Amino acid sequence: MTAQHSKYALELRGITKRFGRVLANDHIDLQIKAGDVHGIIGENGAGKSTLMSIIYGFYEADSGEMLIQGQPMSIRNSQQAIAAGIGMVHQHFMLVDNFTALENIMLGAEGGARLKQSAEQARASLNELAKTYGLEVPLDTPVDQLSLGVQQRIEILKALYRKARILILDEPTGVLTPQEADDLFRILATLKADGVTILLITHKLREIMAITDCVSVMRHGKMVAHRVTAQTSMPELAELMVGRKVRQHVERKAQPAGAALLEVTNLSVTDASGVRRVKNVSFTIGAGEIVGLAGVSGNGQSELLQALSGIIRFQAGEVRLGDTTITPKRSKNPAQLRRLGLAHVPEDRHRMGLVLPFQAYQSQILGYQREARYNATITLKDKVMADEYAQRAETFDIRPRDPHLQSSNFSGGNQQKIVLAREIFADPQVLLIGQPTRGVDIGAIEFIHQHIMDMRNAGKAILLVSVELEEIMTLSDRIIVMCDGMITGELSHDEANEKNLGLLMANAGAKEASA
Amino acid sequence: MSEWFTLLISTLDATLRVSTPLLFAGLAGLYSERAGVVDIGLEGKMLVGAFAAAAIAHLTGVVWLGLIAAIIVSVLFSLLHGFASITHRGNQVVSGVAINILASGLTMVLGLAWFHQGGSTPSLTNNERFTAIQLPFAESMQTVPYIGPLYSDMLSGHNILVYLAFALVPLTWWVFYRTRFGLRLRAVGENPKAVDTAGISVATLRYQAVIIAGVLCGFAGAYLSTAQNAQFIRDMTAGQGFMALAALIFANWRPWPVLFACLLFGFLDAVAVRLQGVSLPHIGTVPVQLIESLPYILTVILLAGFLGKSRPPKADGIPYVKER
Repeated sequence: MTAQHSKYALELRGITKRFGRVLANDHIDLQIKAGDVHGIIGENGAGKSTLMSIIYGFYEADSGEMLIQGQPMSIRNSQQAIAAGIGMVHQHFMLVDNFTALENIMLGAEGGARLKQSAEQARASLNELAKTYGLEVPLDTPVDQLSLGVQQRIEILKALYRKARILILDEPTGVLTPQEADDLFRILATLKADGVTILLITHKLREIMAITDCVSVMRHGKMVAHRVTAQTSMPELAELMVGRKVRQHVERKAQPAGAALLEVTNLSVTDASGVRRVKNVSFTIGAGEIVGLAGVSGNGQSELLQALSGIIRFQAGEVRLGDTTITPKRSKNPAQLRRLGLAHVPEDRHRMGLVLPFQAYQSQILGYQREARYNATITLKDKVMADEYAQRAETFDIRPRDPHLQSSNFSGGNQQKIVLAREIFADPQVLLIGQPTRGVDIGAIEFIHQHIMDMRNAGKAILLVSVELEEIMTLSDRIIVMCDGMITGELSHDEANEKNLGLLMANAGAKEASA
Repeated sequence: MSEWFTLLISTLDATLRVSTPLLFAGLAGLYSERAGVVDIGLEGKMLVGAFAAAAIAHLTGVVWLGLIAAIIVSVLFSLLHGFASITHRGNQVVSGVAINILASGLTMVLGLAWFHQGGSTPSLTNNERFTAIQLPFAESMQTVPYIGPLYSDMLSGHNILVYLAFALVPLTWWVFYRTRFGLRLRAVGENPKAVDTAGISVATLRYQAVIIAGVLCGFAGAYLSTAQNAQFIRDMTAGQGFMALAALIFANWRPWPVLFACLLFGFLDAVAVRLQGVSLPHIGTVPVQLIESLPYILTVILLAGFLGKSRPPKADGIPYVKER
C-alpha cells in the first residue's frame, strides 16, 4: 500500500462538527500510526461516535481535514470511506435481520446486477477470509437467528470483504460475554499482525489497557489527551475522561441477609409470539441484600424484570411479595404492586421511566400521581410537586435544579437520578433496578451506586439487573446468572469473577455436558 | 356439459378481468412498501392514470399513447409522494391521502372543463381501446371437453394488459430475489441504515421503487378506462386502490401471495356480481354488500392475528433520518 508516504494511517486536523447549538466535535486533531491499535475513550456524549461517523463519511464535518495514508481526502459518504479502505463496526450492528450473513456482506458490494454469480464469488473469498482470520460464520442462516457475537463477526467480515485497511470498532464489547470479548481481541490481534490499523472506541478502561498501543481521550467534544498505553494507568485515564479525580469504589459493610422479602418460584414468561423468554426461574431476596442478575442482554432478564414489576404478565409460577402471593390468575398491575411496597427503576428510562416532554417535577411523580398529597379535588397541586422535586434535586444532586426544565433536556445521568430519586423516596421494601448506569457518566455512576448501597444498608431487598459485569460484581451480595431464559448459576460476592460469570453467561457447563 | 361448469368458467373468466387492476396496483404497492415507503395513494394514481389514458386515447385516437400518458401522469404523482416523504421525510400516510384527494378533484375539474360530460370522458371506439386477443388454437380447442372451455373461454380472449399483469408476478419475484436491485430494495425497507452504511443512497433506491410503483399504477389506470371500460368516469377506481393495499397486506408483502390475494379478492367480486338479485335455495337472497366487504373483513381478521402473523417490512412508513 501507500504506507511509506506517511507513518500515519489516518490523520485528522481541526475536525469540527456542530449539531444545532451543540458543538459535538471541537477542532479535533488525531494521528493514528499505521498498524497500531489505537483506543479512543470518553464518556457518553463526549463526541466519540460523532467523530467516527465523520471518518466513515456518515456525517460531513463542518470544517477540518482528513488524511488517509498521508493523502488528503474529502469523504462525503460511506461509499468514499469504503473506497479509501475504511471499515466500521457500529455499536448497533448495521445488519438486515431477515437477510443471511452472505446477503448482508454482499449488500452494496455485489459485483454484478445478477446475484447468482456474485454470491458464488463472495462465498469463495469469504471462506478465504474466514480461514485467514479465524472468522467462521454460518453464511446461509438469517442473522436474527445468530448470537450477537456472531453478528459482530459478520460486521467485521463485511469490512474485510471490502478490503478495509483501517477498521473502526465502536463499543464492540457491549453485547459480548467476557469470553466472546476475548475471542474478538484475538481476532483483532490477527488483523493487527496483518497490518490492519484498528481504532477502538470504548468507555471501558480495562479494554484500553489490555489491547491498545496508544490512546486518545475525549471530553465534551474536545480531544484532551494522547497517551502511549504502556505509559499511562487506569486512574489517570479515568481522571482525564471525567476532568476530576474519581473514587471508583463503593463502601460495603458485611451484613447478613434478613427475612425473604421477595420470593420467586418457577416463574415462566411467554412473549406475544409464543417464545418462552423466562423458564422456571426461582430465587429469593432477603432484607438488606442486593441480588445481581447477570447475563448477556436478551437472555430473559428484561422480561423477568418486567414480569416482576407487573408490566407484562407471567404465565406460570408464583411471586411472594411480603405477605402477598401473586400468581398468573391473581396478577397485580404496577400500581397495585407499588402499594405493596415494590418500586421499579426500568431499564429503558426514556421509554418507561420518564415522559420526556414532561417537566422534571411532573416526571418525578409518575406512578405516584394518585397519592393524596399531590391531589386537590380535581387538579394536581403543582406547588407541592415542585417543592418536593426541589428537595429531591438537592438530595440527589440533580442538575440543573430547575423543576420546570423538560425531562428530555437533562443529561442521561441526571435523568436516571430523577427516576431513582422518585422510586427511592417512595420508600419501598423491594426495589427492582434495571441498568442503573446505562449511558450515565462516570461521575454520576459512583453517586448512583452509593444510593443503591444505602438502600441495602437500610434493609431493603434489591434486584439489580445490569449488563455491566463490574457493576454487578461491585454491588451484589449474591449474583445469579441467566442464559436463554434459565438461571445457569449463582455465585456469592466473593466467589464471582469475570471468568466464572462469563462461563455461566454462555452456559458453557451445560453445553459441555450435552456435547 | 353442465350448467354449473359453464357458470364456473364464466365466473373465473370475470375473476381474471377484475383481478387485473388489483394486481397492477398490488405489485405497485409491493415495490413501494418493500422499499419502506407506504403507498396509500395507489387509488389516486390509478385514477389520474385512468383519466389520462382515456383523455389522450380519445384525443389522439391511439390507445398506446393513452397508456404512455397514464404512466407519465401516474409517475408524476409518485414523484410528488416521493418528494414529500423521501426528500422531506413527511408523513407517508398524509402524503398518500393528499394524493388521493388531489387525484379525485383534479380529474373531475379537468374532465368537466375539457369534455363537458359531467366529469366523464367521451366514449372510446374499439380502435381506441385495448381489445381482446385470441390465444393460438383457441378456436380449435373449443370442442375439447372441460379443458377446451377452460382454455378458450377463460384464459383466451383477454386484452394484452391482463396477460402483462400476470406475467409481472414471476418477473417481480425474479427481480426481488435474484438481482442486486432486489436485494437492495428489500434491505432498504428493512434497515435503511444498513444500506446507507454500505455506501448506497437510501433516497435514490426509494425513489426508484416509488417510480416503479407509479408506472404500475399507470397500467392499472389505463386498464380501467381503456380496456375494462371505454371511457373515464368520475371516481371510477371506486376503492380498488385500497383493495389492492388490503391484498398486499393479506399477502404479507410477497409477490406470489399478492397474486393469490388479488385473485381471491377478484373472485369474491365476480361472485358478488353473479349473485346480484339471485335467490339461492335455503339461503334466500345474499346481500351483495356482504360479499363485497369480505376482502376487507378477511384483511382485518388477518391483521388481528387469526390467520398467521403479519410481517410488514420493518422500516415501512418510517422516513429515513440520518442526522440526529
